[in-house]
Amino acid sequence: MSHSLQMAHGGGGRLSRELIEAEILPRFGQGPLQGLPDAASLELPSNRVAYSTDSFVVKPVEFPGGNIGTLAVHGTANDLAVCGAEPRWMSLALILEEGLSLDLLRRILDTIRDTANAGNIQVVTGDLKVVGRGQCDALYVNTSGIGVIQPAFALAPSHVQPGDMLLVSGPVGDHGMAVLAAREHLDFTHGPVSDTGPIYPLVRAALPWAPAIRFMRDPTRGGVAAVLNEIASGLPVDLQVDESAIPIDRRTAAVAELLGIDILQVACEGRVLAICAAGAAQHVLDAWQGCPEGRQSALIGTVTPGTGRVLLKTRTGGTRLLDIPAGELLPRIC
Amino acid sequence: MNFLEAFRDPRMAGMLRDEIHELAGRRGKRDRPLSIMEVCGTHTMAISRNGIRSMLPSTIRLISGPGCPVCVTPPGYIDAAIRLADSGTHLVTFGDLLNVPGSHSTLAEARSRGAAIHVVYSPTAAFAIAQERSGTQVVFLGIGFETTTAPIAAMVDRAHQIGIHNLSILTAFKCVPPALHILAIDPELHLDAFLCPAHVSAIIGAEAYEPVCRAHAIPCVIAGFEPLDILYGIRGILQQVLHREARVDNQYNRVVKPSGNRKALDLLARCFQPSDADWRGIGVLPASGLTFRENWSTFDAERRFDLRVEKGTVNPACQCGNVLKGKILPTACPLFGTACTPSRPIGPCMVSNEGTCSAYFRYEGKGVPS
Repeated sequence: MSHSLQMAHGGGGRLSRELIEAEILPRFGQGPLQGLPDAASLELPSNRVAYSTDSFVVKPVEFPGGNIGTLAVHGTANDLAVCGAEPRWMSLALILEEGLSLDLLRRILDTIRDTANAGNIQVVTGDLKVVGRGQCDALYVNTSGIGVIQPAFALAPSHVQPGDMLLVSGPVGDHGMAVLAAREHLDFTHGPVSDTGPIYPLVRAALPWAPAIRFMRDPTRGGVAAVLNEIASGLPVDLQVDESAIPIDRRTAAVAELLGIDILQVACEGRVLAICAAGAAQHVLDAWQGCPEGRQSALIGTVTPGTGRVLLKTRTGGTRLLDIPAGELLPRIC
Repeated sequence: MNFLEAFRDPRMAGMLRDEIHELAGRRGKRDRPLSIMEVCGTHTMAISRNGIRSMLPSTIRLISGPGCPVCVTPPGYIDAAIRLADSGTHLVTFGDLLNVPGSHSTLAEARSRGAAIHVVYSPTAAFAIAQERSGTQVVFLGIGFETTTAPIAAMVDRAHQIGIHNLSILTAFKCVPPALHILAIDPELHLDAFLCPAHVSAIIGAEAYEPVCRAHAIPCVIAGFEPLDILYGIRGILQQVLHREARVDNQYNRVVKPSGNRKALDLLARCFQPSDADWRGIGVLPASGLTFRENWSTFDAERRFDLRVEKGTVNPACQCGNVLKGKILPTACPLFGTACTPSRPIGPCMVSNEGTCSAYFRYEGKGVPS
């Protein structure tokens, strides 16, 4: 086989078949994908499932802490997990650019296999297309996932009440800054590392206190600021966040500072924000801190009666609004 | 030293806050609060972002000044840039300018119509763009105060040395000290002190504020952009006010020298000469801008393209002029947060990352409880 991808690898003929047999089946062919049926047939253990889809177009496709493959599995699985569902099955659709290095493709497929296995997720159906050089940027990945909802959870922003507490499962903003630093070739000796990782282990750890958890969300694009504002918007509450309590990795903080970017508006890919009743907050925190994914979890704020605002008590001791990013993050000019 | 945390230490901040409250209390009850203008947009943003206003007693009023270069760029300049872009010239600009309203349109709209507009982080990128497109005219949109003007001058100097002939600058440079004179004598503003910019002062030096300070007997304190710097600066102002003093106090001496950055000042003096400049919302101020000297005129886009920068028109409902002069708070503008938001800005103060309206919209809203 050649070292780079040709158009014919996606054409449905002999080369397609060879690519699938050499690269896809050995990695994913044990379960429902065996024999390459047109659709997967699944035995659902419950009639309440969560279903989600996401597309991944990250540039560069490999970055400190992960690659587009880790993102493609975690991104979809985490969307299911924050709905209180255990991710079980996933589809995998690849759009590949002509000329893509097969070594790179193999590395990414290995990552997808390992990441899915680690999360007990089966890749059950898929698709592969090749487009001409310049018509996509290396490769794009789409995944859809199905998860089994844990009935103990009843999650909705409207359940949030004054007195509740805010938790975050680890340092924020690492993913966004790691990708930005890699894209701009900012070579740091100790640069930021993406937090791309699974959230379901944390959701499972919190199961004993599920009825006390009001809402969960993974702070991806727009970061913590966007998620908190989405939650607060339209509710008769204010979210009071303590800046000094938010865990932040020093490497990430340094890069964000250098570029003038507000770290609370930067994406995470392996963190979860939860709002839960005060009585259960410490228990959930302890449970999270006992998981490898949540060792740096922290209580970062409280809910008070209010008008849908997110207020940040700054490290300096002042108070300000924590607003959502307006659009592009523009550089400072003076 | 850990520069990320050393100047944000909460314990030190608390001590400075208490001291400020104590000093302000000693001033006693007055008819009006002590009015301090923070001249620079980066200070405005840092004050809002750190919630500093909420830490001060109500007897201290921080007024935001005209120190955001994007905000003071007149609409006629944007109109001229759009005309250049529409005629096929490649424009190179800092991102903030894209959404600044001209008389009828913005550079972002021109770009969506197909104009070649490159957004860069550093003036040196304009240099590379011009080199790559030797057959095309490339114009850098040169706005900014002394901090930005110096690296642009360095870029022009290098282009001159290497012999790059397709690069020119459309200038709208501004200088800080001349604006301070006008603001200091404004009877409506009634300023008690200036909190002077950090980075601009690194170029022009602490001594540059002496004439303003002496002429108007107004305390001028140079402060850095970190929260402790700002609190320390306010404390320094209060001490001068209590002792009825008016001097230039350089509290950012870890960066700012009395005579500034000699190399940068020499370069600026070699390339540019003072000129009258139109400040959006304020008007034409004598000798408050910089234009190319005669022997550098080949880099002047206005001359190269025989371009006239007209006055332009602004939306009559927009209150940016009064915001820039510190006469009203952004929240007093009827457009604030309704018709004018960072996503759909009407006035330049809402566009720039360092604009006062943008700072208020993002961090202070219609009032954050202290």
